[in-house]
Amino acid sequence: MTLPSQNVIAEPQQLVKMTYREGMRQAIREAMLRDERCFLMGADVGRYGGCFAVSKGLFDEFGPEKIRDMPLSESAIAGIGIGASMNGMRPIVEIMTVNFSLLALDQILNTAGTLLHMSGGLFNVPVVIRMATGSGRQLGAQHAHSLEGWYAHIPGIKVLAPGTVEDMRGMLWPALEDPDPVLIFEQQVMYNMTEMVSATPVPVDIDHAKVRRPGKDVTLITYGSCLPKSMTAAETLAQEEIDTEVIDLRTLRPLDNDTIFASVAKTHRVLIVEEGWRSGSLAAEISARIMENLFYELDRPVDRLCASEVPMPYSKHMEEAAVPQPETIAAAVRKLVL
Amino acid sequence: MSTKTVTKEKKDKVSPEQREHYHHLLHQMILIRRYEEKAAELYQASKIRGFLHLYIGEEAIATGVMQALTPEDSVVATYREHGHALARGVSADVIMAEMYGKVTGCARGRGGSMHLFDKEHRFFGGNAIVCSHLPLAVGIALADKMQNKPNVTVCFLGEGAVAEGEFHESLNLGALWQTPTLFVVENNLYCMGTALRYHSSNPNLTEKAASYNVKAVQIDGNDVLAVEQAAHEACDYLRSGKGPYFIEAITYRFRPHSMFDAELYREKAEVEEHKKRDPIILFTNYLKENNLIEDGEIQAIEADVAAVVQHSVDFAENSPWEEVEDLTRFVYTERSLS
Repeated sequence: MTLPSQNVIAEPQQLVKMTYREGMRQAIREAMLRDERCFLMGADVGRYGGCFAVSKGLFDEFGPEKIRDMPLSESAIAGIGIGASMNGMRPIVEIMTVNFSLLALDQILNTAGTLLHMSGGLFNVPVVIRMATGSGRQLGAQHAHSLEGWYAHIPGIKVLAPGTVEDMRGMLWPALEDPDPVLIFEQQVMYNMTEMVSATPVPVDIDHAKVRRPGKDVTLITYGSCLPKSMTAAETLAQEEIDTEVIDLRTLRPLDNDTIFASVAKTHRVLIVEEGWRSGSLAAEISARIMENLFYELDRPVDRLCASEVPMPYSKHMEEAAVPQPETIAAAVRKLVL
Repeated sequence: MSTKTVTKEKKDKVSPEQREHYHHLLHQMILIRRYEEKAAELYQASKIRGFLHLYIGEEAIATGVMQALTPEDSVVATYREHGHALARGVSADVIMAEMYGKVTGCARGRGGSMHLFDKEHRFFGGNAIVCSHLPLAVGIALADKMQNKPNVTVCFLGEGAVAEGEFHESLNLGALWQTPTLFVVENNLYCMGTALRYHSSNPNLTEKAASYNVKAVQIDGNDVLAVEQAAHEACDYLRSGKGPYFIEAITYRFRPHSMFDAELYREKAEVEEHKKRDPIILFTNYLKENNLIEDGEIQAIEADVAAVVQHSVDFAENSPWEEVEDLTRFVYTERSLS
């Protein structure tokens, strides 16, 4: 896959500073230039520039046919994207937040997740649906939950959760190449986060989790906005001579058992950190898998650090208290190695 | 009611081709009728299970509409879709095998009566979440439009679907983007057991559609020639790029909603009254009155249909079941698309 020359904004291997938001904007732009079947659709993606400014500038570059503003019709936004994907196009569907996506849940589950199997393998749904998730911006109880774990419950769809700028930039293209529906959950608290990334896009392996920090004492399994927090906690713990291995799940469905199990077999202690509610959480699923497969490898019961089981509060101190923080993550790890 | 009736007009001169076409229409309607009568019988014999929704009494609509389509056009249907699949040209054998749940069925036996699919005939289901297929139809049509293809997408729906939010979302977006979507409402007066007057503040459906700037007409859905003519007018309009089109076809369901329906909501006398306007009887009378068919020709059609129906039953009976080992196939795609 050679990119058109206008995409190359610097020499290969050269590093540039980029925000998480810019990572997705570049990815959308590059996909449009690469494949004429691609277009972006959603509420306020065009003239407004995207509710989180992800698509800012793209309307001017690609015009209203390719950057399609839509009314507040979440179910139709998802359903039309699904239909277009079944008839030769590669739509990138934007739904503002995961809380709003519940209005499109029928289309995502009953149509996108179901059609291939229900049609006996006849009809693919190669749609990509992006949405913002997570807390950290004081957006309250109807804008800031982390429901990607619910979506990860659904067979037939793939669920991606970029936790780095590199992943944000590199996941869209493989998602578009995937013949099945892919959901991408973008952390709204991370849109301004910067990272040094390769000036040219690096292909991201969306089938595997990634060890972000090797370690020998404890395995810390996480994704999304809890990844940078977990990395901070791991640095703190390193000063206390606790060597934490941090695994970034990256893909929440299907889960990469192998990477998780290899790490647990090495460290024998596990903490799973996520912003979803604890009961029936993705962390619960991972914990069960470890128990089922590696019970005798464990020196301690698997521990979980999840969101408090409350609707997300508005006040900053309360919102912070509701989800894992570097300090609470470090404290949970310490308890495991005592 | 300003419904258009064609079968009252006297025919003076009819070409041999036209005569043959009329016989084809009658053949299609009788095929659907006898096929479903057999399906009901097989349901009683427990050969077919699940929900079985019969189209008996409404055959003129699917038969008439399909006459205006090319092989490249798309069809999206509801769960009451045996007639649409047959009229679209899907083989009677694979539909019957699907209802039996056999692997030779058009969806490998995974869909059943409510989920018939056929890629070759661009038959996109068999959709059983009421109204969820409207966004799909707009999306399929949008993809054709964006690829500059002259195709139309026909979306069949019941009058019960107009109460769903997606009806309004889809008509609005279809009209806003001028997608070549033909919405065909099969108004059989009852949404399961609830009459239109009990669920719609405005029972005038064409008015609802017109409020979204969608061209809307009401026709006699029991008059196959009126349906065919309306479908041709609609498709000419759609292929000229003017945007969606809405046909409300007034009809009546002679059988219960499904095989579980005790029909507590309507009088037997009402059903009998409507049976006087049986689309097959209406059309047969019209052909006879205009000397366009001989009794022997009707008998030949019945004999041919009986053979097709019996063949489909034999095919289904003699077909194998899907291997249980294949249960998890087609949750995700087994091949690369691009």
